Amino acid sequence: MLKTFTKGGVHPPENKLSAARAIETAALPTSVFIPLGQHIGAPATPTVKKGDRVKVGSKIGQPAGFVSAGIHSSVSGVVSKLDAAPDSSGYPKPGIFIDVEGDEWEEDIDRTDTLISDFNIDGPAIIAKISNAGIVGMGGATFPTHVKLAPPPNSKAEILLINGVECEPYLTADHRLMLEKSRETVVGIRLLMCALGVTKAAVGIENNKPDAIAAMRKAATDGIEIVPLKVKYPQGGEKQLIKAVTGREVPSGALPIAVGAVVSNVGTAFAVYEAVQKNKPLIERIVTVTGKSLAQPSNFRTRIGTPLSALIVAAGGMPSNTGKIVCGGPMMGRAIASAEMPVTKGTSGILLLDADESTRPQTLNCIRCARCVEACPMSLEPYLLTAVSEKQLWERAENENIMDCIECGSCSFTCPAARPLLDYIRLGKATVGSIIRNRKK
Amino acid sequence: MKRLTALILTFGTCASLYAQDGDAKSFNIDGFIYTVAALSAIGVLCAVILYFVAQKFKVYEDPRIDAVEGVLPGANCGGCGCAGCRAFAETCVKKGDLSTLQCPVGGNAVMSQIADILGVKAATASPRVAVVRCNGSCTARPRTNRYDGAASCAIEAALYGGDTACQYGCLGHGDCVTACLFNAISINPDTGLPEVDDDACTACGACVKACPKRLIELRKKAPKNRKIYVACRNSDKGATARKACNVACIGCSKCLKACPHEAITVENFLAYIDSDKCKLCRKCVTECSTNSIRELNFPPRKVAVSDAATTPEKTAETVTDTI
Repeated sequence: MLKTFTKGGVHPPENKLSAARAIETAALPTSVFIPLGQHIGAPATPTVKKGDRVKVGSKIGQPAGFVSAGIHSSVSGVVSKLDAAPDSSGYPKPGIFIDVEGDEWEEDIDRTDTLISDFNIDGPAIIAKISNAGIVGMGGATFPTHVKLAPPPNSKAEILLINGVECEPYLTADHRLMLEKSRETVVGIRLLMCALGVTKAAVGIENNKPDAIAAMRKAATDGIEIVPLKVKYPQGGEKQLIKAVTGREVPSGALPIAVGAVVSNVGTAFAVYEAVQKNKPLIERIVTVTGKSLAQPSNFRTRIGTPLSALIVAAGGMPSNTGKIVCGGPMMGRAIASAEMPVTKGTSGILLLDADESTRPQTLNCIRCARCVEACPMSLEPYLLTAVSEKQLWERAENENIMDCIECGSCSFTCPAARPLLDYIRLGKATVGSIIRNRKK
Repeated sequence: MKRLTALILTFGTCASLYAQDGDAKSFNIDGFIYTVAALSAIGVLCAVILYFVAQKFKVYEDPRIDAVEGVLPGANCGGCGCAGCRAFAETCVKKGDLSTLQCPVGGNAVMSQIADILGVKAATASPRVAVVRCNGSCTARPRTNRYDGAASCAIEAALYGGDTACQYGCLGHGDCVTACLFNAISINPDTGLPEVDDDACTACGACVKACPKRLIELRKKAPKNRKIYVACRNSDKGATARKACNVACIGCSKCLKACPHEAITVENFLAYIDSDKCKLCRKCVTECSTNSIRELNFPPRKVAVSDAATTPEKTAETVTDTI
């Protein structure tokens, strides 16, 4: 019997179209736009100005505060301007435009593919290197990794959980990474264990990726356990993964560290390997470009700041019947208004939905069938949260634990009346969140 | 109270039963008297107890609060900043000073009535009215994409900038319409923009809070509901703004130079007319190169092309005179 989390969850069609396609290196773009705020927390402060020459890996943004991350140039060339442009948040955000000239790297970066598995470095030094490389959670939440690795003083990490679940339909970036870079990823996991001071790590991988499980099992060293999991969405959610792998339940409103766990993505582990062993800051990531009508659904290793449109062209061009471009997976991704947006540290995939797939069906009345209650992995009552958010009963929403919602979208997915449940819950969550923050002041 | 009634009934029944024991055969007048007497005694006793309890737990409430609440409109809109009219009445009496308090719905008339009750002076505030500062109708602002999520401005604004290239403009789902308690705002189906019914608007400010794009402003009410305002909030650079919307303010500052009353400021490529300083002379309206300054409820202009240089001044004088 395979492990999984107990409460709720759904099983959307997997549609892993690009699973068999090896990671390709995307062509260098002619110009990049690197937003300063690619992470949760304060946006970085630019350290370059118009006309400056930069190399691949040069630091171009300094972290502004503890919960922030540095930004590095992903290309070599000239800074053409510092301006705002729309990113996947849907609003213009400040960033740095660089015109690409050649491909000149900073000298201390090791660009070879040779595996360096041994390290002789202590925890704080690893964290310093991670912080310096601007590494953030690559699963999509983009929380600065060096902050995650420094748990509050009164808590102690016991186990490192690595998220190789990739429960989002369509996306295959983590799958391919585990398959092709399993040994590097394992070194990254060991580095993270050393930084946290733990001796145990577990990698959760869903059972629909048997090749990745085998590859990771082969590469795994002492103390690293590979845990195959039953396929169920949203297993990649932090709390769900902890429940599935360790059986522990994170209390409402608490962080995973409350049960002694720290969760990181496989992509983050690989980035940590590159940063510590190869001196390479976070300037590249693997992006799945997929869609049912796309000619060649692919996985690209691409520079941060590359326009999404360039990747779509490399995957065979935008199909004529595209109805929606989604940045991320179909469950948690955001529909974007134009493909002229950059790849950021948190872009795990680009999904082109056909027009007929993407239109929302007509919304009908709620008949209290409670399918959303059954599907909710956080034991909430989505129909109720939606109703109180719609009626702006914020106090009630708070009492119904709206802040526990992880925005996985299982409720909206399962609703037979096609009600925009998550839309309203998100609105309620944002409002209640700001009420709580104002109260604390 | 229920318990008390039950108690009295039990006592009464007991008393009558006791009386019936004496002589059960004929109608017992004594039993009837006992019953009435016992009930009356209990009643009097309870009244006495209740009187002392009421005295003990008496809460003094200023009778003026009721008086003040009586003159308030009773809309409970929250426009004054208090949680309803009763709370506002309490605040008025408690503070005893009306200089910072204002009931936007009742206006100066109600405030002077309150001032009479409290025996203080009320500050007179000029009446205000909600104004929607966006004129980007469906024809003026081309769509760049299509939003098909839940029909709520707040939700759309949380997702992205909107389905046109202007991220500052009206989204048109009518969060302001839902928020209005006075049915003063409605969406015009032709333009897709909200319109304010000036006579119904009480300037409570509910729509101002509801609009995620901060488009609605409470501006000074002028005679005959005349108004001049910059119907744009786009603070992008001129070229970007113009590309997104035909009637966007591009921040050219021509109106700033034309205004003789220093009512206009230009910041972040966006002009703003201060309604407290504006004398409604309409000079800025003719200057505006993108028609982003709107004039409403004015008589049609009589300006001939030949003497365009002198006539606007005359109009300005006449308008100022009427005010």
